[in-house]
Amino acid sequence: MEKSIFKYILRYSKSQQIFLLCVILAFYPFLFITLDLPKIIVNRAIKSGGAEGPFDVPIFGFEISLDVEQITYLLILSFSYLGLVFITGGFKYYISVYKGRLGERLLRRLRYQLYSRILRFPTPHFKKISQGELIPMITAEVEPLGGFIGIAFADPMFFGGQLVLILGYILLQDWALGLAAAALIPVQGYVIPRLQKKVNALGKQRVQNVRRLADHLGESVSSINEIHSNDAAKLEMSRFADRLGTIYDIRYDIYRRKFFIKFLNNFIDKLTPFFFFSIGGYLVIQGGLTVGALVAVLNAYKDLASPWKELLMWYQQKEDVRIKYEQVVEQFEPQGMLEEELQHTETEGPSPIKGDLIVSNIGLADEDGVRSLEGISFDAPVVAHVAVVGDGGSGKTDLGLVLSRLVRQTSGTITIGGVDLTQMPEAITGRRIAYVGSNAYLQAFSVGDNLLYGLKHKPIQPAEYEGAEDGKNKEKMAEARITGNSENDYLADWVDLQEAGVEDREALNRRLIETLTLADMDDDVYRFGLRGVIDPEKHPEVASRIMAARQAMRERFTDPAVAQLIEPFSADAYNTNASVAENILFGLPVGDAFDLERLAEHPYIRDVLDKVGLTDDFLEMGKQVAQTMLELFADLPPGHEFFEQFSFIESDDLPEFQIILGRASRGPEGLTDDDRLQLISLPFKLIRARHRLDLVDDQMMQRILEARHTFAENLPEDLRDNVAFFDSETYNAAASLQDNILFGKLSYGQAQAENKVGALVGEVVDDLDLRETVMLTGLDFQAGIGGARLSQGQRQKVVIARSLLRQPDLLILNEATATLDAVSQNRIMENILRVRRDQGVVWILNRVPDAQQFSKVVVLKSGRVLETGTYDELITAGGEFQTLLEAG
Amino acid sequence: MGLQEEVELLRNIPLFAKIEPSKLKLLAFTSERLTYSEQEILFEQGDVGDSAYIIIGGEADIVVNTPGGPLVVATLKQNEIVGEIAILCDVPRTATVRAKTELTTLRITKDLFFSLVIEFPQIAVEIMRELAHRLEQTTTRLREAVAEAQG
Repeated sequence: MEKSIFKYILRYSKSQQIFLLCVILAFYPFLFITLDLPKIIVNRAIKSGGAEGPFDVPIFGFEISLDVEQITYLLILSFSYLGLVFITGGFKYYISVYKGRLGERLLRRLRYQLYSRILRFPTPHFKKISQGELIPMITAEVEPLGGFIGIAFADPMFFGGQLVLILGYILLQDWALGLAAAALIPVQGYVIPRLQKKVNALGKQRVQNVRRLADHLGESVSSINEIHSNDAAKLEMSRFADRLGTIYDIRYDIYRRKFFIKFLNNFIDKLTPFFFFSIGGYLVIQGGLTVGALVAVLNAYKDLASPWKELLMWYQQKEDVRIKYEQVVEQFEPQGMLEEELQHTETEGPSPIKGDLIVSNIGLADEDGVRSLEGISFDAPVVAHVAVVGDGGSGKTDLGLVLSRLVRQTSGTITIGGVDLTQMPEAITGRRIAYVGSNAYLQAFSVGDNLLYGLKHKPIQPAEYEGAEDGKNKEKMAEARITGNSENDYLADWVDLQEAGVEDREALNRRLIETLTLADMDDDVYRFGLRGVIDPEKHPEVASRIMAARQAMRERFTDPAVAQLIEPFSADAYNTNASVAENILFGLPVGDAFDLERLAEHPYIRDVLDKVGLTDDFLEMGKQVAQTMLELFADLPPGHEFFEQFSFIESDDLPEFQIILGRASRGPEGLTDDDRLQLISLPFKLIRARHRLDLVDDQMMQRILEARHTFAENLPEDLRDNVAFFDSETYNAAASLQDNILFGKLSYGQAQAENKVGALVGEVVDDLDLRETVMLTGLDFQAGIGGARLSQGQRQKVVIARSLLRQPDLLILNEATATLDAVSQNRIMENILRVRRDQGVVWILNRVPDAQQFSKVVVLKSGRVLETGTYDELITAGGEFQTLLEAG
Repeated sequence: MGLQEEVELLRNIPLFAKIEPSKLKLLAFTSERLTYSEQEILFEQGDVGDSAYIIIGGEADIVVNTPGGPLVVATLKQNEIVGEIAILCDVPRTATVRAKTELTTLRITKDLFFSLVIEFPQIAVEIMRELAHRLEQTTTRLREAVAEAQG
């Protein structure tokens, strides 16, 4: 990248900068006339005593004669002045917008280039530079560059020109005054940069310190568990405070110096008028200068201050931006970056890798010269199944990384099918070769999109835009082209079906499920699916099949053993396993309006209670619940786990309820509105079957049913979208698949109910051939940031499934299953080796005995190959392999 | 069955007999009532114990695995507590418990049990008393058995 910001700006925006300068040049004549016109108006047009025409208008030295009345003359000049104000304003507007756009475009380009460089960093570089440093560089640090790029050449030209123009004008009026106005400019020009230099150095320090602060922040987030488990919060806080202190010191120093510079400037600025008043006044008194000229000069000088200020500001900004640019760019030029062509070369169609994998004399050393691999050589057909074994320090993990080119060897060559691995474009290494490490990372997409991530290399099917959308998109793409950004439409369909070996989306879905099964992830995704929700309007066929499952489930309720597990929802029956709130709502809340936890707060609910005459009863029930809670929990220390698990009232609120109950004992008048709300809220949480408080008796159930019906019948139109009512004949969009199948509440107090119901649902799902449908819904499960909503094992399985999905010619597994349980490990290895019978596998093993299933075994120790051969040869060879095997 | 009835029931259990009703109410409120159908297993010998059970209704067999096959060593009836040894001493279940008839139990989790003991020392004292009583009984029986063997 260009070393200096000016070179960078010139390289990418030379023609625009020149155009901008031309516009500015065109602007000057107007500016000059705007300056001159007031003087003409004052000196020639505004003269008492009715001067006679013709009047002359001097324009750039020419005199144009106008044969008009004095008033007309004045009006012509005044309107010309108004016109000029419009023209100069228009110029200024156009120039500002143009500068802004220029800056934003270049900033966009710069950010894009920096990001694309990160994607080409040699992977070991990420050990040295942290996220915390990279993020502020691309986001905040380059931001001021955008503002500067537009003015890099324009401002010195524009304001410098103005300065010269105004100075010239003053000189024209009177050379002595002109000299006085200009006298101090060289002084400022000499002193200010010297003072600025120190500020620049401090600015540099500040940038570095802020970066370190960001780094520390990122580190704290990543190591939050360590901080807690080592009681290191105080240490970290002190470290943070220390950094903040350093930044404060630097900042304070910068402020002092910066504002001193400002002070000095202001002082010098005000010094000049002193000369005007004294010298200019003297000249006027002496008759050497007209008053009009002095006014014009003073006016001009006032105008002089602003461009001069702008020029100084430009200078300070330039210094600031120059440092930032240099400091950012030097971080983005590590040694050994991936060549740009390798990342961007597009290959035509799939070109399978054939032939042999030949590793010859590979060595790997880190920047300190520590060698982890030395003289590694072996070869095997690409389609072979190769196992690499060795102890922890054998360098086997590094070998896996080198074989997949995630790390480049420092010596030796690897050829695959006769092509040097280091020369292969990523279009081959990232498509025909797959790599799975031991610490999988998922993107914050759904599980399904994470799987498809491996199939998205280029847009396959352009997105379709209609009408105005189309135009907008074309503009978007044109803008991307101008700024050297990617012109691939992110919204296009990127999924390469061919790579997955399927014809259409349906086949792809089947294939997704197939690969998940191979990776032993099918049950997990099935469970995700049962917990998932679908939009029945988008997937009517899924909804109708789930409804069939509900029907099948209902038929099973005739079996008493099943019936006692679940209490189905029925519009005309109180559900004793659901809370009072759920019974009233008889549906699921959509949005926040009818949040079940705070249902009593909704005015409509209170209306309903009033209407069916339940308000007083609920108040009474609330009192009893509060009484019971006080009785049960008052003796427990605050914060006891029982509060969270069992109490209706939090420990902090208990004393308040004590007071409320005290007020309540004095009769209903004693209660405030808030008290009433607090009390009425309590019975909403009651679950008859669970809480056994004998508060919801048969009669109460009947009345709550009445409330349920009133609630539904009178629900205002604007609240209708806030509830997804339970209806035995329609799919409930707010409920999960499982809840839609069960359409009822799990009964309390049945041993193993959850497992039994799970099995029951499984049976129904299988009877109706629904498992695949459920799993497809499971693919929509959101993996969360970094895949955090999945367990480590599940993440690993998803990544393994992804690597199988695109059927690579060579699959490199770097202890990819090490974190899984033994059963899963066995199952996955067996599956992979079976489906890849005719395709290559290099597996860096974490369990030595697994080597038996491979056609070739490479044994490493201390970064060197000790033995190669088949399992059978090696177990009798009496070498390292045997030792490893015996060690377990 | 309501909370009050459960409290009455708990009071009939020797272990809880002397504990004041409000504590028993808390115990009842915070315990889960579980129903088992006939022949269903509460827990298996060798499992890690995580809770004790108080039988509210029905009967349960205590089955011990012997070399000669499973052997029913006792049958528990209403008001009896089962499974407390595993949670007190942190040993695996010493026997399998199976519902002989339809069975209703109050399940007291280990955490709950210990919280209660820590929170209310009188429960601990009661448990000590009960265990000492059982030990005394066992010792008496042992003495009798030894005497029998010698005589």
